[in-house]
Amino acid sequence: MALLQLSEPGETPDPHQQRFAVGIDLGTTNSLVATVRHSIPECLAGDGCGVILPSVVRYQRDGKTIVGQEALAAQAADPRNTIASVKRLMGRGLADTDAGMRARYDLVDTGGMVRINTVAGPRTPVEVSSEILRVLRERAEATLGDELVGAVITVPAYFDDAQRQATKDAARVAGLNVLRLLNEPTAAAIAYGLDEAAEGIYAVYDLGGGTFDFSILRLSRGVFEVMATSGDSSLGGDDFDEALADWMHRQASGVDLDCSKSRALLVEARRVKEALTTHPEVIARVPVAADGLRELKVGLADFQQLTRELVERTLLPVRKALRDAALKVDEIQAVVMVGGATRMPHVRTAVAQLFGREPFTEIDPEKVVAIGAAIQANVLAGNRRPGEDWLLLDVIPLSLGLEMMGGLTEKIIPRNSTIPVAKAQEFTTYKDGQTAMAIHVLQGERELVQDCRSLARFELRGIPPMPAGGARIRVTFQVDADGLLSVSAREQTTGVESNVTVKPSYGLSDDEIAGMLKSGFEHASEDMQARALREQQVEAERLLEATRQALNEDAALLEADELLLVESAMSRLQQLATGTDHLAIKTGIDALSAQTGELAARRMDKAIRQALTGSRVDNLPI
Amino acid sequence: MAVTLSEAAARHITKFLAKRGKGIGVRLGVKTTGCSGMAYKLEYADESETDDLVFESQGLKVMVDPKSLPYIDGTELDFVREGLNEGFKFNNPNVKNECGCGESFNV
Repeated sequence: MALLQLSEPGETPDPHQQRFAVGIDLGTTNSLVATVRHSIPECLAGDGCGVILPSVVRYQRDGKTIVGQEALAAQAADPRNTIASVKRLMGRGLADTDAGMRARYDLVDTGGMVRINTVAGPRTPVEVSSEILRVLRERAEATLGDELVGAVITVPAYFDDAQRQATKDAARVAGLNVLRLLNEPTAAAIAYGLDEAAEGIYAVYDLGGGTFDFSILRLSRGVFEVMATSGDSSLGGDDFDEALADWMHRQASGVDLDCSKSRALLVEARRVKEALTTHPEVIARVPVAADGLRELKVGLADFQQLTRELVERTLLPVRKALRDAALKVDEIQAVVMVGGATRMPHVRTAVAQLFGREPFTEIDPEKVVAIGAAIQANVLAGNRRPGEDWLLLDVIPLSLGLEMMGGLTEKIIPRNSTIPVAKAQEFTTYKDGQTAMAIHVLQGERELVQDCRSLARFELRGIPPMPAGGARIRVTFQVDADGLLSVSAREQTTGVESNVTVKPSYGLSDDEIAGMLKSGFEHASEDMQARALREQQVEAERLLEATRQALNEDAALLEADELLLVESAMSRLQQLATGTDHLAIKTGIDALSAQTGELAARRMDKAIRQALTGSRVDNLPI
Repeated sequence: MAVTLSEAAARHITKFLAKRGKGIGVRLGVKTTGCSGMAYKLEYADESETDDLVFESQGLKVMVDPKSLPYIDGTELDFVREGLNEGFKFNNPNVKNECGCGESFNV
């Protein structure tokens, strides 16, 4: 049983129409996936682990691939086959890669994008990234219990076409449909709801694991425009780790370490850095060449002194971007902090001093990009929230729908939907060989056609003759920003199409609309009975028609007494269907179904015999 | 005539309302669409409409429009967890049959 989510007023999705989409922050150091559930954006946790997935992939000799925390833990033990910070290699040839990555991994020049030699063979950065995305996709599908319609994946604002294309390719390899690539600063601004805020100029300071990205955005009419970007693609929290590791190493021994020891040193430095955000002093256990570990006291002041230059380096691109955009700091309305590294108190202080205002830090800086991407994905997937739609002009006052068999109305667009809006639903034919369908467009809240207002009628002709239920006719209702309704019907296999345009609210005063709504409420219980009756009558008629058809063709398959039983059940049902008791009709339908079960089985046997006779087994289309 | 909330449902609704930052309760109802006739409606309520029936359950307001009530009268809304997935479930005594997934139903 599908579990339901709380929706915004008037936004409950139709059954099977809830469209889950996720936002993915594919980071250099960590990756996250988020979605909007119960109208609230949240990051999704994996089974037995937190929401943060370290962007680390380990390739093993046996062909198995490990992603995340477990791979990160193996980094010191198996550094050459444990790929971290692969985002730095995305869309890059060997010549463009930084020295750090070249030293850590066995990179191969293949003309185009660089490859990484591992025990499992050479891997492209696209393949490595796709392993991370695959884990996030599986996590999302397990949590949402449904297939994803797509994902919004964030990229740094400065990513060039090759890097963006590589990111899209990685998503495709991971089985994800990319709804859009979204710039990371824009995602952060969306997470803070700045897209719904007053127009103005905002700055995003994003110090992630491996990259520093500073952006200035201008919001006008709900659209973000990137005014200036700057940054340093080789500066991030990792550099703070390395600076601290270097210092700890010099303090402790200064002797050269082997590959796995220096990896362990780096992991310890990261732990110390994170602990210093909440503690003034931390005891580090520094790996040394000869004798295992040495304890070392690290104070916050030491760390800040040591990394002051790194913080200074982030402020250079900030000043440059302001100059490029010809802006003074007091023209910036707010500064959004992104990236785990912005938790470091001296980074926050430096930013606050430069801009003369406290930056936004309420949303967890590690989650903020994924959350913004999830909000965007939710909009793109069609789960629109009022206020998120900047074209929001009005709502439609009464439901719009069409006539179904038996004089029932099927609502396609419920009242109070914001316009513009488009909804489609598939219908099928009722009789064998039906080649045309009358489409009767209705407005109102009542269940029966006679109680609703008729807006338009048109016909779809040229449906190829098929058995009842075989045709697939997609009817699309579209109300544009001016309130104009256009209805189109299209037979999916042949593409024949027909349509009509009407102005639904034309000629109705507010009082008339109120009256139509009120009568909908007053007749609720009566309508419910009427609907149940009509549904059963339609079902009875359909079954009788199908039985008549079957008897026409294959009455010979039944013994005389069996035929008599079927015929008496038919006439009994025919008589019941003219009555007003829907439960009695249901009983009649069940009785006839039971009597025709044997006939259906024999017809099936006969059809199979005909299909198989004279065919060789290996010619059968299985 | 009543529609009620289970203790778990009330706890989660309270949490979601707090995170959302507005809303006076929830709105339950039905829509006449879906593969098996009807579909449930479950939404945040920001205001009560003039014709609404308002029930109090577990200290929360539950709004039902008069047109929907006959279909869901006596329903208890529950909150359940299935593996990593979690969400709301209508325990509706009026249901005669529902489609395989339970997203739509018939009375």
